[in-house]
Amino acid sequence: MIRGILVFNNHGKPRLIKFYEHYKEDVQQQIVRETFQLVSKRDENVCNFLEGGSLIGGSDYKLIYRHYATLYFVFCVDSSESELGILDLIQVFVETLDKCFENVCELDMIFHVDKVHHILDEIVMGGMVLETSMTEIVMRIEEQQKVEKHEAGISSAPGRAMNAVKNIDLSQIKDMKFPDVQLPAFKNFKL
Amino acid sequence: MALRKVKGNIERLFDKSLTDLVRGIRNNRDNEARYIAQCMDEIKLELKQDNIAVKTNAIEKLAYLQMLGYDISWAAFNIIEVMSSTKFTCKRVGYLAAAQTFSDETDVLMLTTNMIRKDITSSNLYDASIALGGLACFISNDLARDLANDAMSLMTSSKAYVRKRAVLLMYKVFLRYPDALRPCFARLKEKLEDPDPGVQSAAVNVICELARKHPKNYLALAPTFFKLMTNSSNNWMLIKIIKLFGALTPLEPRLGKKLIEPLTTLIHSTSAMSLLYECINTVIAVLLSVASGLPDHTASIQLCVQKLRILIEDSDQNLKYLGLLAMSKILQAHPKSVLSLKDLILQCLDDRDESIRLRALDLLYGMVNKKTLMDIVKKLMDHMEKAEGSGYRDELLTKIIFICSQNNFQHVVDFEWYVSVLVDLTKMEGTHHGEQIAAQLLDVAVRVSSIRHFTVQQMAILLENAHKLPLSAHGSTLHEVLLSAAWICGEFSEHLIDPRDTMEAMLRSKVTSFPPHIQAVFVQNIGKLCSKVMVKAEAEEEGETIRAVGRVLVDRLGMFVNSSELEVQERASALLQIIQLVLKHQEDGGKVAGALQAFYAGELNPVAPQAQKKVPVPDGLDLDAWINEPVAEKKETSEEESDEEDDRRVQSPVLFTKSARTKGFTHEENSEGRTTPSRPELSEKELQDIRNQRLVEQASNPYYIKPSSKGSRRTSSNVFSSPDTPKDVSDDVNGIAGLTSSERYLRQQKKDKPSVKKDKKKSKKDKKDSDDEGGVTTHVVNRDLGEMPEGATFSDDAHSDENDPYKSLNIDVQSPLRIDERLPVSAHRQVTSQRAVDPVVEEKTTKKKKHREDGEKKSRKSKAKTEEDALEKTGKKKKDGTSKKSSKKAAQEVSLISMAEEPDSAGTTVVVQEEHPQTPHVVEDRNTTGTDDLSFWLTQDNQPKEKAADRPNTLEVKRPTSSAEKKAAKESKEKKKKKSRSKLRSHSAEEELVDDVPEIVDKTGYEEAFSMELEAISGNGSPAVEEAPLSRFTLLTEDKNVKLEYDTYISDASRQQIAVNVVFTNKLTDGTLKNIAFEVVDSVGLVVDQSSGIEIPVKFAQMPPKSNWNMTLELTLKANSASPQTVRGTVTYMKVDTAGGSSGQEMRDFRLRLPGSAFLLPVQVSVDEFAMVLESGQLSQSADAQLELPGATKFSDVLTRICFRGRFFLVEHIGNSATLHAMSILQQRAVVMVKLLPGTPNRLSLVAKSTDPALTGPLLEEIVASVRG
Repeated sequence: MIRGILVFNNHGKPRLIKFYEHYKEDVQQQIVRETFQLVSKRDENVCNFLEGGSLIGGSDYKLIYRHYATLYFVFCVDSSESELGILDLIQVFVETLDKCFENVCELDMIFHVDKVHHILDEIVMGGMVLETSMTEIVMRIEEQQKVEKHEAGISSAPGRAMNAVKNIDLSQIKDMKFPDVQLPAFKNFKL
Repeated sequence: MALRKVKGNIERLFDKSLTDLVRGIRNNRDNEARYIAQCMDEIKLELKQDNIAVKTNAIEKLAYLQMLGYDISWAAFNIIEVMSSTKFTCKRVGYLAAAQTFSDETDVLMLTTNMIRKDITSSNLYDASIALGGLACFISNDLARDLANDAMSLMTSSKAYVRKRAVLLMYKVFLRYPDALRPCFARLKEKLEDPDPGVQSAAVNVICELARKHPKNYLALAPTFFKLMTNSSNNWMLIKIIKLFGALTPLEPRLGKKLIEPLTTLIHSTSAMSLLYECINTVIAVLLSVASGLPDHTASIQLCVQKLRILIEDSDQNLKYLGLLAMSKILQAHPKSVLSLKDLILQCLDDRDESIRLRALDLLYGMVNKKTLMDIVKKLMDHMEKAEGSGYRDELLTKIIFICSQNNFQHVVDFEWYVSVLVDLTKMEGTHHGEQIAAQLLDVAVRVSSIRHFTVQQMAILLENAHKLPLSAHGSTLHEVLLSAAWICGEFSEHLIDPRDTMEAMLRSKVTSFPPHIQAVFVQNIGKLCSKVMVKAEAEEEGETIRAVGRVLVDRLGMFVNSSELEVQERASALLQIIQLVLKHQEDGGKVAGALQAFYAGELNPVAPQAQKKVPVPDGLDLDAWINEPVAEKKETSEEESDEEDDRRVQSPVLFTKSARTKGFTHEENSEGRTTPSRPELSEKELQDIRNQRLVEQASNPYYIKPSSKGSRRTSSNVFSSPDTPKDVSDDVNGIAGLTSSERYLRQQKKDKPSVKKDKKKSKKDKKDSDDEGGVTTHVVNRDLGEMPEGATFSDDAHSDENDPYKSLNIDVQSPLRIDERLPVSAHRQVTSQRAVDPVVEEKTTKKKKHREDGEKKSRKSKAKTEEDALEKTGKKKKDGTSKKSSKKAAQEVSLISMAEEPDSAGTTVVVQEEHPQTPHVVEDRNTTGTDDLSFWLTQDNQPKEKAADRPNTLEVKRPTSSAEKKAAKESKEKKKKKSRSKLRSHSAEEELVDDVPEIVDKTGYEEAFSMELEAISGNGSPAVEEAPLSRFTLLTEDKNVKLEYDTYISDASRQQIAVNVVFTNKLTDGTLKNIAFEVVDSVGLVVDQSSGIEIPVKFAQMPPKSNWNMTLELTLKANSASPQTVRGTVTYMKVDTAGGSSGQEMRDFRLRLPGSAFLLPVQVSVDEFAMVLESGQLSQSADAQLELPGATKFSDVLTRICFRGRFFLVEHIGNSATLHAMSILQQRAVVMVKLLPGTPNRLSLVAKSTDPALTGPLLEEIVASVRG
């Protein structure tokens, strides 16, 4: 069984927290902190297994993690999972993210954590591995997106427009160079 | 209204979306908390709106904030609102938030049952999937109970995508609602053979999780998993299965033997490291479980060690880590084989990676022997000095101690060295394992008498330099070592060079800064040393020394007497009094040192860790009975008493035994007044005397007047506050009852009572007054376990963890379901029984539900009907002769069901009654179910001879298969039950149920075949059979390189399917076989079944030398007669020798012969039924033969042989005649009568009868051949 899946960045900021056993929010944060402490002090190219932290599990549990650029992906699993299998699973997870987000980066995880959750839900369910085939996972995600789009339909148009407006970076506009436009002279026009 | 909606939509535009929230948080890094608080307020406002889209947006934001650590449980109800939205997008947000936050404490969860039911059964694929996924996260006990049935029906959903989720969800359901396990298990098991690999893998996953905690309940599934393992190519699933086998093998060594071969093949063939690693792990588990008895297990160990070596040497740290991990398991069983890797492992100790270093450390204990111990420990000590981080250092220390002390210092030759190692360890800074070192020192000193001299001197030095030890370091527990040092010096003071110096070292003022329990031990041992010094001085007539020592003591003990710690103070006071007394006597010219020494005389023996627990309760002592009724008074003293006791409890285990010490009242009495509290009653006068005596004693002791001293308190309360009622007095004597008000306390006391005797003994030991059992340890190392109470033996008390959440899942899944074991169906159903009572509730029931119920009824009805049909069918076809042992049970079930349904299906009960008398002798031990099947499977090809020998010669009416039948019947019953509950499938129930019935037969056949084929060999007279009648396999073809053997069993009687198990053997010792292809050509009567997933030709890439390969082929009988059949085929292969050169393609033709008996099932009939069959005259085709029995063959042996070879059931055996019965898969009956002709002792007459001439003749020939053989 997988007890929990944590994704955090190099500074320990959580980007995804998924526990398959209930913990209170403060305990969750504590686990993230502790796990970050354990994982971040390890060199690159040491092994990817850690005998668990004190908060999750105990001796039967292991932390299995991978470090990608700015993000750590940590799975806390018990002895019924194969260590190398879980490493592969993390790889599958990350590759799927990469496919779904097209070159995934930390920002994608920050702004679309919900989508990341949905992808994860296609891979792991209730702490057990559900699907390991990337094509199948991606296919299901795309189908769900279709449903989503279909539902949103026209009614979401204003929202999207609003978002687009919000997304405009005003600072960019400020810097925008307007070509010198010759205004027509309305000399005869009286105000 | 419309306007409001529009308005709401427009307002929405200005709500923050999740993206805005995230951006806002990022832009407000400095005052994040304030920004979020502001957002929370906005969210709360948004949640108050009616617009579901607004709510969804709010919940989405909350889910994000939850990740940042904000508690959002207050929004649980809003989450449910969003979950209940009809829109997929909203629903998904709702379920996500629910999965992240809901827990058992979420009380609104109970509102969701129906909504979730609707969602998981939704026809919309993705609605169902998100609901299933969410439910798996937040399922509660109630939800599990209420939804178990729905989840179970979903396991048969037509969509694999939903099925696999439902299967995984079942595990969560089982955890929360263990009662669901048994009703659901049959279906779960079915899912192991689901056409969709994802579902299959999910089912494997769930069963593995279940089996991991309670493997023995799932042992019977081993054959299924074995089949999956040999057929599957899905690595994920293979890993799970192989891990499962790893858990099963310890329970069943035979399984291990069966596994070794395929696993070895996998190890050789797989390229996936993860799979390779798990295979090795399981092979190790197998080796652990069989240990010996497996002829070639050294080869397997070598293979594992060699593969692991490759892993350890790999540059990938992960593989290195896992290699070391697996190696530690080999080490447990075969330490010698790991020894060769010593250097490699020592090298790993220098690895940069701490995980790897720790793993290597774990292995070290196996590398150690008498010669290498010192080197290795030296190395570890070096590491310790270099190690950074106290965690790793502590680990090293623990390991050093473990390595040295394992098996009571098995490897330690030079104990002086060991003691110095321990002393060195005390110099390490910042270790947290002072207690371990201390315990080791004590252990060595007590167990190894020859080292005491050295140890004592070392300890004396340690005490002298106590102030130099790095005690002040934060968290350090090194001071514990001083405790040991003090005790050792005191206890073995005869080895001290200058006891007086040591004593004075222990009296330094710095000692008072040590923890109290150490001070207490110091005081005690100062006493010991003092007595030593005084005795010596007295012997040498040095009165001045005695006085000097006395003065020093009186001087210095003051600091202990003033200690705020009771234990220290008390011991110090006592010692001070004694010393003063001694000094006084000494001045008077008396000799008292001897008496002083007597305080500490005697030697301590080690006490076994369980000794205290094992003290037997004396006869006639009821631990639960009141000794005195509880009295509520004297509260104030009780508090102090308990305080003091706490102290004592804290201290006592540290030094002497780990066992919980009995509470101190009796102890107290012992040391002071020597009253015997266990004496039931004392006369009034005696009591008075005792009390007075103690009063006098206490009055003379200045230290007893202090307010904190309980003695005076107690006295005063006795004297002043209590009138002289007898009750009170007795309370006082008992020392406890009167002092406590709480019931708990009293009960505790009573527990203490029985051990009074023990307690006394112990207190004596503590005080070293006398120890009559104190034999001097004469061994170099006293490796005894320690003293135990008389008659008690040491045992491993397996403490089951009460809090184990998986404990409740320890459920036998194999035994048949009881009729009352069914899943609770949705609430509406329960309501229906009270339809009249509560019409309102009923109104609420949707049409769908009603429909469901109707469907259910229908299905039940139809089920009952089909069951009836089925019974009739079997009855007819088999002439009732085939009635299974289980039929009574089945009949009962039918009757139960039909009773429930009586108005609907009146006919059923009639059938039942008809069936009943026909099964007169149903005697079978149900307990053998499951294990029987398994043992057949297990013995199938490994121990045919053994098994045959196990069988009794005389064929009693022994029915190895009836259990299987029962199981089959049970399964079909389960199915029926489930079907009765699966509402939507009532229409299909009928046809499916018809299928069930033949399944009973087929199951029977399957299992029976296993049992029979132990000896039964196709009797077509092939020479191999003749020569080795008990061999299971028939030779198919053989050349100098390869050998093919086969056997058959009926795999599916309803579809006329015969399974042919072919075993390939590579006979070469040094050559590999490659490109092997096995092909058979369909004949007129037999066709290869392609649906079984086996493609013809069967190909496999390579076979290592001396290996076997197993393959099962399914053939379908197309002929309409069970006459002997032959299939032709070829096998081709290439030979590759060790040098790599390969020969050309080689090909062998063969004929696969299936004799008539291959199509027979030994179906059981009763004698009466058998007679009816004969009388009916339908067995018109008869053939007979007579033959001379060779030599002194016993008639019973002949019968055994015929039954096994021909797959017959022995109906009756009277004297020299017997009747046998079997049924072909075409439902043709075959009967054989065997008789020894009178007068000619060895002449056998055989008559075979059946309905089919094509069956009768060849069968008789086969039987004759088998008898001759």
